[in-house]
Amino acid sequence: MGKLLELTESGLYCPEGDFHIDPWRPVARAIITHAHSDHARIGSRNYLTTPEGAGVLRLRVTGDWVTEQGYAPPQITTLPYGQTRNINGVSVSLHPAGHLLGSAQVRVEHGGEIWAVSGDYKTQVDATCTPFEPVRCHTFITESTFGLPIYRWRPQAEIFADINSWWRANQDQGRTSFLYAYALGKAQRILAGLDPEIGPILVHGSVARLNHAYAEADIALPPSQYADDEAAKSTRGRAIVIAPPSAANTPTYLRKFGPTSHAFASGWMTIRGARRRRAVDRGFVLSDHADWPGLIDAIRATGAENIGVTHGYTAVMVRWLRENGWNAWGLETRFTGEEQEEE
Amino acid sequence: MQRFTQLYSELDETNKTNAKVAALEKYFRSAPPADAAWALYYLTGNRQRRAISGAQLRDWVSQETGFAPWLVEESYHAVGDIAETLTLLLPDLDGDGADKPLHQVVQGQVLPLADLDGAAQQALVVATWRQMDRQQRFVWHKLITGAFRVGVGRTLVVRALANVAGIDKAVMAHRLMGEWQPNAAAYRALLDPDTEQADHSRPYPFYLAYQLEGEPESLGPLADWQIEWKWDGIRAQLIKRNGDVLIWSRGEELVTDAYPEVAAVAAALPDGTVLDGELLAWQDDGPLPFNVLQQRIGRKRLTAKLLNDAPVAIMVYDLLEWRGQDLRSQPLHARRQLLEALVAQLPTSDETLAIHLSPLVQPSSWADATALRDESRANRAEGFMLKRLDSSYQVGRIKGDWWKWKIDPFTVDAVMIYAQRGSGRRASLYTDYTFAVWDGEELVPFAKAYSGLTDAEIQQVDAFVRRNTKERFGPVRSVTPELVMEIAFEGIQKSTRHKSGVALRFPRIARWRKDKPIAEADTIETLRSLLAEVNG
Ligand SMILES: [Zn+2]
Ligand SMILES: [Zn+2]
Repeated sequence: MGKLLELTESGLYCPEGDFHIDPWRPVARAIITHAHSDHARIGSRNYLTTPEGAGVLRLRVTGDWVTEQGYAPPQITTLPYGQTRNINGVSVSLHPAGHLLGSAQVRVEHGGEIWAVSGDYKTQVDATCTPFEPVRCHTFITESTFGLPIYRWRPQAEIFADINSWWRANQDQGRTSFLYAYALGKAQRILAGLDPEIGPILVHGSVARLNHAYAEADIALPPSQYADDEAAKSTRGRAIVIAPPSAANTPTYLRKFGPTSHAFASGWMTIRGARRRRAVDRGFVLSDHADWPGLIDAIRATGAENIGVTHGYTAVMVRWLRENGWNAWGLETRFTGEEQEEE
Repeated sequence: MQRFTQLYSELDETNKTNAKVAALEKYFRSAPPADAAWALYYLTGNRQRRAISGAQLRDWVSQETGFAPWLVEESYHAVGDIAETLTLLLPDLDGDGADKPLHQVVQGQVLPLADLDGAAQQALVVATWRQMDRQQRFVWHKLITGAFRVGVGRTLVVRALANVAGIDKAVMAHRLMGEWQPNAAAYRALLDPDTEQADHSRPYPFYLAYQLEGEPESLGPLADWQIEWKWDGIRAQLIKRNGDVLIWSRGEELVTDAYPEVAAVAAALPDGTVLDGELLAWQDDGPLPFNVLQQRIGRKRLTAKLLNDAPVAIMVYDLLEWRGQDLRSQPLHARRQLLEALVAQLPTSDETLAIHLSPLVQPSSWADATALRDESRANRAEGFMLKRLDSSYQVGRIKGDWWKWKIDPFTVDAVMIYAQRGSGRRASLYTDYTFAVWDGEELVPFAKAYSGLTDAEIQQVDAFVRRNTKERFGPVRSVTPELVMEIAFEGIQKSTRHKSGVALRFPRIARWRKDKPIAEADTIETLRSLLAEVNG
């Protein structure tokens, strides 16, 4: 018998159950860990996700722009966290990954052998999604986006306090605060951490669209307005605007907000050079991926002996795991990690 | 050290000039003088020589954190900055960091490192790690690795301090020139509202000229202008006060001991004299090319042979102080008259006296001047200096009254930021360099050049590259920006492929400007204006 999961040119594949996990090519049956674009691609016929994640996944893989490319409208089915589904004799269940709303680790069991695929995950708290739960398994496929010991996150409460005081300081100087964050997940996590007492909260169109899906999943976010021309004019110098990083390249849009200050929220902001390349005034170190201690704790908690390492600092993680007694190897996936999770 | 660390973050977090000046003022108004003195010392670009190598620090951080040496190297590779790497790897403190005064940290935890052996250095470094919080550690790492930089130019520091002291910027700039001891007394003296008391060792801030961009006719009547050759040497002030002799180069370096033949001139000068001029290698009755002078730059030991091979003289062209009086507000023609009288009084019996009066060029018209300028090379000059006859001696680089009118407009002073190994005979040496100019606070690469230096100079640059590598990308290394070279080129074109927006034709190294600090390298505007000039 071959491996329970193997890497094919379409992605991670379970031969026994005939399904893929986060495939990068269209397949018959795709199990999706979460709706970021490097994990949820269009064109597959059948998607399996959590009920919480179905709303954002639908935005990502259905619609006219999908059918226009010649793909049939896909079927999206859901499986609640912790429940098991039998797919061609393989037991499949989804478990919270703590990455964003509805994000899941995929547990696959067959003939007494258990594998788990982490997708993207974080071990820090996040009010907008179910917290990470370790899955006991024999083989664990982990991401490694921030797999270097320089990446160690501070408690998110401290980061939110920093963001709120930055917003206040900008207001004192009559500046509108522009905070760039990935539209799916990070933006909502930040919204949940803002203090609405400070002033008006505005969101860019792509964030607004996703907030809607969060509202339908009953995730409480503070009230926000769509950042159109009118809102820009009436809230100048007072508002905070949550926008995807691409909005930084739209000067005519930005000008409508009067004097502005710019910040970017990402794990990459750990390194000053990265902040400089972004040319922002502030960098807030806030990530939806596990930091170094988070990765190691998560790996330990699975009890797995075999660790497959995907996107990020793969070689570093593999070497560290081997030196510390694990059987580890790298997997050449096409997942890209936090850097590419842009809209 | 908390206050200084806070200042560092504030300066680091903004690129707005006013915000930077406000942060500096806030600091200088609140810091105790003993601390402020050291802050000022570092902010104005002074630093200690690095006493511990980066590799050594990485080894110690590996021992302190338990991260394997290779993991520390991988981290360093990702971060690209040693101070930052150490900071990110060290565990957070339980509780708050100690808040020792900056001067105590410098005197107890920075300066002593140079005199300790390895084990004692390590003990001090580890003890310091265990008492500082993250942000303090970062700034301290910058101090001990000689890499403290915050993106504030000297002019901003001068402006902030002048505001705090309530005195004129020019006075503050003057006080800050020259040798300056970072202690409370010196700091208090800097802020002294009494601006009469002169410090005898200090030169005046140099008045610098921009390159004339248009036609000289745009300057108005020729009769309003004094024309001199623009000498290709080292700009310097020769000072004689209270019997002391000082030679200051424009890089604000005290170079008295490097040019004893020029210092000897001062014996013949009256007390209370400050001359502005150009140090030049000199033989018989004329200057020698710059590369002869180059042999003298940075030499600690002066052998008889060197003094004989490359004798140096000063060509003087301005008189800034006379009989202890500051003449800078007087018009140039009046200063020139006094200067000529002064030089004429010097003993003519001594033919070896290494001082010469920069002659005036007297064309009959601007057209005539343009023609004469073509003879610059034959006169061992780079072109003309055009100075308005009624101009005062101003501070810094200012447009209007003084202009450089160089023959070859296509040279810029640039900072080396990358180096690459050569090929063939020089395959083991770093011989190919990428140069950058300033764009605001940033260095933007604009040219690659790999010829123009002598073998000996290439050896020196190679050694510099190996000692000052920041990051490696295959055969290319990024280096600490420190070396300034004059890049000459034949043409300039607009380019969308280059970050600088320009492409150069036949760029080459004209010479190594050891006399120039990187702050004085050219800016992207220089390139843009050359481009505009070419495109008419
Ligand atoms: Zn993701
Ligand atoms: Zn990912």
